[in-house]
Amino acid sequence: MSEQLQAPSPLIPIPRAPAPEIPPGASRREIEVSIDGKQVKAPEGATILDASRKLGIETPTLCFLETLTPVNVCRGCVVELEGSRALVPACSRKVEAGMVIHTDSERVRLSRRVVLEFLASSVDVSTAPQLQAYLKRYGARAEKFGPRAATVAQPPKIDNELYVRDYAKCILCYKCVEACGVDAQNTFAIGVAGRGFHAHIATEFEIPLTDSACVYCGNCIGACPTGALVGKIEYDMRKAGTWDESRQARTETICPYCGVGCELTVHSQNGQIVKVSSPLDHSVTQGNLCIKGRFGWQFMQPNK
Amino acid sequence: MILLWGSNARETHPIFFHHVLKGIRNGAKLYVIDPRRTSSAQWADVWLGLDVGSDISLANAMARETIHAGLANERFIQHATSGFEAYRGCVEKYTLERAERETGVPAEMIRQTAHAYAKAKRAQICWTLGITEHHNAVDNVLALVNLALLTGHVGRYGSGVNPLRGQNNVQGGGDMGAIPDRLPGFQHVENAELRAKFERAYGTKLDPKRGLHLSGMFEAMEHGELTTLYVLGENPIDSEADRHRAVKLMSGLEFLVVQDIFYTKTAELAHVILPGSAGWCETEGTVTSSERRVQRVRAAVPLPGGVRDDMEIIYELAKRFGHDWGKPEAETIWNEVRSLSPMHAGMSYKRLEELGGIQWPCYDESHPGEMYLHSRLWREPLIGPRAPFSVVEFEPPVDELNEEYPIRLTTGRQLDSYNTGEQSRRFPSPLRRAAALDLSPEDGKRYKVCEGEQVRVSSRRGSVLAPVRFDPGLRPGLAFLAVHFHDEIATNDLTIDAVDPKSGTSEFKATAIRIEKCVES
Repeated sequence: MSEQLQAPSPLIPIPRAPAPEIPPGASRREIEVSIDGKQVKAPEGATILDASRKLGIETPTLCFLETLTPVNVCRGCVVELEGSRALVPACSRKVEAGMVIHTDSERVRLSRRVVLEFLASSVDVSTAPQLQAYLKRYGARAEKFGPRAATVAQPPKIDNELYVRDYAKCILCYKCVEACGVDAQNTFAIGVAGRGFHAHIATEFEIPLTDSACVYCGNCIGACPTGALVGKIEYDMRKAGTWDESRQARTETICPYCGVGCELTVHSQNGQIVKVSSPLDHSVTQGNLCIKGRFGWQFMQPNK
Repeated sequence: MILLWGSNARETHPIFFHHVLKGIRNGAKLYVIDPRRTSSAQWADVWLGLDVGSDISLANAMARETIHAGLANERFIQHATSGFEAYRGCVEKYTLERAERETGVPAEMIRQTAHAYAKAKRAQICWTLGITEHHNAVDNVLALVNLALLTGHVGRYGSGVNPLRGQNNVQGGGDMGAIPDRLPGFQHVENAELRAKFERAYGTKLDPKRGLHLSGMFEAMEHGELTTLYVLGENPIDSEADRHRAVKLMSGLEFLVVQDIFYTKTAELAHVILPGSAGWCETEGTVTSSERRVQRVRAAVPLPGGVRDDMEIIYELAKRFGHDWGKPEAETIWNEVRSLSPMHAGMSYKRLEELGGIQWPCYDESHPGEMYLHSRLWREPLIGPRAPFSVVEFEPPVDELNEEYPIRLTTGRQLDSYNTGEQSRRFPSPLRRAAALDLSPEDGKRYKVCEGEQVRVSSRRGSVLAPVRFDPGLRPGLAFLAVHFHDEIATNDLTIDAVDPKSGTSEFKATAIRIEKCVES
């Protein structure tokens, strides 16, 4: 039998073989903890937040995003852990056997309320519906610090045609920095500068975005929970009073550019595309896009 | 280990590169093989800056070194491949010293890359047009496939050969039979039994011989054998390697129909223009990504007035030809594909929805799809035919460098732009810079030109004016032009249409040019 005869011929289909094997992930030990008096099991390495979600407990999170490494800055998710002096952040504290956790104790509620009051008193939360819902849930009164409470009010930074940075709305959750950095984009165009109340998100040496390392992937916009980072088209429409999410449809489709197959969520209003985002739970994008995917759809607009 | 060969994925496949970055953060080594020190190469552990078009010399020398160092996967070669002896004989000529001479990459670096690849637990070779836009495109690909066969880095989880597809459905187009010799599901049109299956389903006779690829069509136009052309969503006037020839031949057609969403340079020549739809957001259907994942596209916005769904246009044309195909519905057509193409059979719209896409092959509705191909090569006993080694030899680019044309021009994409620019130039990208000829700062000195200075760039086919921009990622003797800005710089006035006879691809990546200062008149 010559080897040639065994070589594949394009004329003959390759026969079907069993589906290829995918090595199983390391099996993880189940750990049992008590949350609000209920026993729950979670795999080793899971967080208190993961375990709480299994029980259907809603934990307020601001700086947490499933696709990013927790940075523990907002303290919105803190819970009471018996034996621990301080409250612990649910989003990053891993479960340990025998933990007894209270997610809705008076101490937890007070802490969350104060955190929310500090934020809402100093930041414009008008485009942060999730944060507003938390304020309501915890009876937070942002006005209690009086009219002279310090704020981060400042004019929006509009230095390019793709997106606007309105830091009057920034709660310093760091998500944009994480998304621009090691967790996704690895561009490192922005970081947190300053300390204490003066801490803020900045490009290197505060240079305009257009002189920075930014590549306009907009993955920071995808992660921003308050609308501080927003597409220019959305910003303009909001300003003109024409942005109306109740009249917007969301359609899942695939990006029209390269062959990676990024899942897009197309937001349309009045039959026109007004925004493109990407779902966090898609295996290809994990919420991330590039400049073409997030902004390159404008050829669909009339007169373009 | 990831070998990114002739690809600047950081800019051309940014979200794929996110996954590469995750690998790097997990300890994977990245080797980038590219004449330019690109933004991808900046992430590499090792950058091999080879001379344009010397890939086969590099690959063959890596193979020789692998064999001599005893690092070839003999068990795999014996079990699953054919033609190894002839291959060994061929690569024996490619010593490290010879490869250093031909590629410009230091011998020690080639040796180290060969060892790292052969010894890696898992290794991928990923490539794009830096491999395929050459007059010997298929040979280039085969040289890389040879390396995977030699080391057994194929058909295993985490190992493989991976062409990164450049358009959102270029994979799907080929899968659906938009290549000259295949019917949907890669079934060969010259296989009588397979053809008969389609003839029964379609109720008509099919041409038993393969058709023409794009370059073949232009040849047929030249010989007067092809007089009518129906172009759907393609802009060959701006994308063909030799613009002059493309304009001449397409202007000479008896009848040219262009179906597009833009009034392209090609549409300007058309006798009839059919305003089509934007497949990704105005119609229902599927596309297939680079990882063979079939995914649903959906209509998000209505069609503008006067525009029809592409599918409807084709159905209406069929009607005029005397065939009523009924109501055009994407899912009905897809189910016909599933009934004829075994590798798509298990992909119902319902499952595509539930699973967020399925990677072919997917033979039935209980099949999960396949994350990687060719695992059959590792089965005992082997399933199906052996994978053949191919004997491929180094051939330099057709457009030779000489004293008259001393600079090697290569072409490519930029992060915020896409192909002929029809889609991408319509959004206000802050990254977009004026079209320019990128030169190494050393060449700037050598030819006494400064940044921003307008120069005349000439090849053996044509010449254009372009401002100069310095790119320290370029080595002396290497220049770069993006392919997106034809109105400013018609790159394809310069490039050569030396065509790979096997694939029909033109050698966009290797043009010999010279630059001259513009004398003020």
